[in-house]
Amino acid sequence: MDFRKDLKSGRERLFEKGIGKRGKREIPSPIGVYKFLPRTDCKECGEKNCIAFAAKLVNRKASLKECPLLLEKEYEKAHEKLWKLLKPPVKEITIGTGDTAVKIGGEFVMYRHELAYINPTAIAIDVTDELPYDELLKRVNEVKNYTYTYLDQELRLDLVAVRSTSNDPTRFKTAVKKVAENTTLPLVLCSFNPDVLKAGLTSILGKGPLIYAATKDNWKDMAELALMYKCPLAVFAPNDLNLLRSMTKTLTEYGVEDIVLDPATNPNAGFTDTVNNFTTLRWMACREGDELLGFPLMGTPISVWVDQESGSEIAKWWEASVASILITQYADLLIMHTIDGWATLPLMILRQNLYTDPRKPKGVEPGLRVFGEPDENSPVLFTTNFTLTYFTVSSDIQSSDISNKCYLLVVDTEGIGVQSAAARASKAKGGLTADMIAKAIKESAVEEKVKHRTLIIPGMVANLSSEIEKLTGWKVLVGPTSSAEIPEFIKEHWCKEEES
Amino acid sequence: MEGEEKGDKTDIRYCLHARASPELAASKSKVKPRKILEAMFTPPNIEYPGQIVEVKLGATKGEGGTRGKSIVIGGEKSPAFYMHVQSPSIHPPVVACDVFDMKIPLPKAIKTHVKDVMEDPAAWAKRCVDKFGAEMITLQLISVDPKKKDTSPREAAKTVEEVLQAVDVPLAVGGCGDPVKDLAVFKEVAEVAEGERLLISSISPWMDAKRAAETIKEYGHVALALSGMDMNEARELNRTLYSILPREHIVMDTSTASLGSGLEFTYTLMARIRLAALMGDYELQHPISSGTTNAWFARESWKKMAPQWEPRELRGPLWETVTALTGLLAGVDYFMMMHPKAMETVKHVIQELMGKTLEKPEKIADWISARI
Repeated sequence: MDFRKDLKSGRERLFEKGIGKRGKREIPSPIGVYKFLPRTDCKECGEKNCIAFAAKLVNRKASLKECPLLLEKEYEKAHEKLWKLLKPPVKEITIGTGDTAVKIGGEFVMYRHELAYINPTAIAIDVTDELPYDELLKRVNEVKNYTYTYLDQELRLDLVAVRSTSNDPTRFKTAVKKVAENTTLPLVLCSFNPDVLKAGLTSILGKGPLIYAATKDNWKDMAELALMYKCPLAVFAPNDLNLLRSMTKTLTEYGVEDIVLDPATNPNAGFTDTVNNFTTLRWMACREGDELLGFPLMGTPISVWVDQESGSEIAKWWEASVASILITQYADLLIMHTIDGWATLPLMILRQNLYTDPRKPKGVEPGLRVFGEPDENSPVLFTTNFTLTYFTVSSDIQSSDISNKCYLLVVDTEGIGVQSAAARASKAKGGLTADMIAKAIKESAVEEKVKHRTLIIPGMVANLSSEIEKLTGWKVLVGPTSSAEIPEFIKEHWCKEEES
Repeated sequence: MEGEEKGDKTDIRYCLHARASPELAASKSKVKPRKILEAMFTPPNIEYPGQIVEVKLGATKGEGGTRGKSIVIGGEKSPAFYMHVQSPSIHPPVVACDVFDMKIPLPKAIKTHVKDVMEDPAAWAKRCVDKFGAEMITLQLISVDPKKKDTSPREAAKTVEEVLQAVDVPLAVGGCGDPVKDLAVFKEVAEVAEGERLLISSISPWMDAKRAAETIKEYGHVALALSGMDMNEARELNRTLYSILPREHIVMDTSTASLGSGLEFTYTLMARIRLAALMGDYELQHPISSGTTNAWFARESWKKMAPQWEPRELRGPLWETVTALTGLLAGVDYFMMMHPKAMETVKHVIQELMGKTLEKPEKIADWISARI
């Protein structure tokens, strides 16, 4: 097998083409940033020296305002240079005001492993200006109260999109007003008719909604509205990147600074264009440094519903599928019609997953966790310190009978889950072994806290039972494979154990 | 540009500002444009030096097997469905359906569709192909597990033969994960299915990978190299296999975590592997397989939850769908799936994304005024 030759030629080709398909945009380096810093090593920013501060700036772990010297007159030029060098290639836009304001864009990279994704895809749910008041109120409340606890976070919907199906300024004005009276969530006002939008904008002055949308026909009026009411403006140029780019040029010169790009979401024939447009636009911003395309992207999975029967499960399913693709493929804002939990929950979790900072450690602190006020008869369970595993197990314990009296031993597997940790260990490549569990028991001093000697272990590592028993002198009780069954398991086994 | 006249004086004035950043241009501009200023978009020219190897699965009569057709995966020269206009993916990813050789506990949403065939792998496989539109079958021989039925290699091979006779799509055959038993089973299976170009799943670092590779080579099959979620472990395994198998006989799998249970690690690792491969990393230039059925390990996929999250009969399969679609965009070439509706959707998306682009401005149906 002569692959070495190929390997070499592969690398050679790489050199010929220049390392990295990075495009033309300059990626800030610590040295590049350091050049413009005061280089006084004054430590005012809390770092040891300017080069350390530069490294933090590049990794987005510090911001320029932490350097007080830069605000002084003599560094004005340097500050401007640094600001330009460090600003995100995708502009960050704020929709709404106050605590519930939503930031979109502000992204630096195409792939999350290159740094991290910054502002999770915001999701707006639609209402129309023709909904009867009680239905409107019901839907707004549904959006407002939507919440799901995942790990240690509350997942929520972000905005309400008010569509004018009536095309009647008065009706729209009333609807927008009613929505704003019932929620502090930011709004997207949707109509191609500037008169309709104006009516809506006048009823929520100072709330900074997103205006949707400027087209090649109405752009001037929309630009005036955006300037007059100080709102971000969406640009709609269906599958036409030439038009889209020309429009952002025109609008920025018109004075509109906060722009959101909508290259159209076509969920039917033409879906390949939709996905390609989103990818291309993000590439142009992040890799080519094209400032005219360096704005957040919005998708409209709601497009699925045109010509669909209301309430259709197939349409809901397809809308969720389209939305999931756009979340993965760079959308910063989505407008959706479906709010059903079964369809939206996968999306909420997907964006949480993808927008998790990959630089954060995968594990929680190992050691003994105490639930409630356990006594010497309370059960002892163990799990690994993989964040996901830990939060899942602990939330299951919290929903069980032992939520107020139990010990959970968190074993350090370097942030790897129970099953893969055990799989690794069986190959003698690190990972979870009976040794580690014995050590964790000892270090936690749990033996001084409980009278019994019974350890409940995850069902996935049942094969470690005898070894654990041998090493620790504890009795092993093999628990369920899924921690969701912990409450039932405890009810059935622990209470019995205690009695016997 | 509609309504644009060449030589319009307003335009020329703005051309002068074209080099400045938009922010500066905006702050400096004193006259608002009256017409749309043309700023053409130039598509970036993106070429990658590397290419994913093409791997052929299954063999027709003419190719030495008995399949109705063989399927080629891989061959990509760009990230998945990416800059599609410039470098289309060559072969569409394949959606395969898992079939088990014994009755196993399955989520209700899946079980409904297969419960009457769960003790007959051949009938089960036929159902997947005829009814669910599976393009391949992944036959999981889990009954060989010494901790389960400890089925003998010979018996397991018989099941493979039965499935081969029941369906004419290419076949992947999986072991039970026991490194010693799997070797014996693969040997027997490889022999009875000689020439069928089975995808043997899986060859892992925790078994005698060389011996497994020799068996695969001897009978002309393809190896599915499974590693933990670690790029170097994957490289190392492929390197081990190269000493025996041609590259065109290796598909790789770096483990799939479900949506909500670590999907971000899977997604990012796949994306990194694919990018490194396209940049010329020889040891990673293999089609990627994903055990997408793992989606069902996430409790939200099967658990009964508060009414607002129900019905789980829809939530579960959508969970599998979203897990698959995320993998699809990271570069997966071979999907091991189970729910019929999830498979249908993924196949549909693949078809759409492989489809011709319209390459022209569109009139998009107006969702703003739609009365839904």
